[in-house]
Amino acid sequence: MAHSHNADANHEANNAAAISEIKKVTIILSVFTLIELGLGFWMMGVTSESLRLAIKGVIVILMMAKAFYIVAYFMHLKHEVKNLIMTIIVPLLLFVWFIGAFLWDGGSFRNLRNTYDPHFKEQATIKVEKKESEHGTTHEVAPAAEKH
Amino acid sequence: MSTTTTASPNEAKLWGGGKSPFNVEYGKLMMWYFLMSDAFTFGAFLISYGTVRFSTNGWPNSNEVFRSFPFAPDGVHAPLVFVSIMTFILIVSSVTMVLAVHAGHNMDKKGVVRNMILTIIGGIAFLSCQAWEWNHLFHEGAWWGRNPFLNADGTASSTNFTNFFFTITGFHGFHVFSGVVINIIMLIMTLMDKFEQRGHYLMIEKAGLYWHFVDLVWVFVFTIFYLL
Repeated sequence: MAHSHNADANHEANNAAAISEIKKVTIILSVFTLIELGLGFWMMGVTSESLRLAIKGVIVILMMAKAFYIVAYFMHLKHEVKNLIMTIIVPLLLFVWFIGAFLWDGGSFRNLRNTYDPHFKEQATIKVEKKESEHGTTHEVAPAAEKH
Repeated sequence: MSTTTTASPNEAKLWGGGKSPFNVEYGKLMMWYFLMSDAFTFGAFLISYGTVRFSTNGWPNSNEVFRSFPFAPDGVHAPLVFVSIMTFILIVSSVTMVLAVHAGHNMDKKGVVRNMILTIIGGIAFLSCQAWEWNHLFHEGAWWGRNPFLNADGTASSTNFTNFFFTITGFHGFHVFSGVVINIIMLIMTLMDKFEQRGHYLMIEKAGLYWHFVDLVWVFVFTIFYLL
């Protein structure tokens, strides 16, 4: 008798804790999204390249934080057995190399082309008129103009 | 040293047989591994976008490209407005999904049904928003292989931007679509009392994992395409 009563009380407490965790994470995700949007609006008026880069860095950190909260709490990974967490998280560490290597590769390719491909470099200095496309009537022209 | 001595009795119990060492059901574990592989698929898409963007001198300004919303007057300039609505729709549908899983834990069929319906509505709303945006961009002249937008500095842009945009948001949209289909199937199974008969709502948890993953991917797609 006492045992089942205890279990019920436990269940009630667990229930309340789970609901309050869901509420907390919802608020965190919403607030982070609002901050991201605020930074996005602010960035529209910012011309300094280094400040823009810093804002983008903050946005990426907020993005990672949101990802953590979704995976840890909504997907419940934080409450799983440690071995299970590790079989998911350790393979994902491959992304550290994946992102670093490929972005570096992209940057390097741009440098090489700007050094050895005069046409590529020139294209980045020629301003073109924006074509007024009425329901897609002129968009066939745009790609053709770029090929040569 | 002290950690090894305290961990070993636990480990012996965990791996001693007779119970799942991961303490989850087989299907749920496999859903996790599927989602991990799917994360690499999306990661490869987004990283290739980053590589191409880093290797290019100019890039269109997303605030110029995504500046409209439904029923907006012509020539409106409202960047980030529509996409923030889409983002909140997906966050809210993720919350209702957690609530459905939670109700499943308590064997609360009514709660599961209510929250699954809300989640499905959220998914359909998101898909409708995306359909509107694709249609709008198509009528602006954007599609695979066509890019009517100039780079932010006024130079000619390649079609890389639109190709990546339609491919990645399309792939994500297809995940949302399949998630909605899965959720509808789960709702029908709940209404048919399938889970009551089984004595547990584990299927709702697995569908929930998939749905949260869709939300998770959108966090990255939204940030990378619309904010960075």
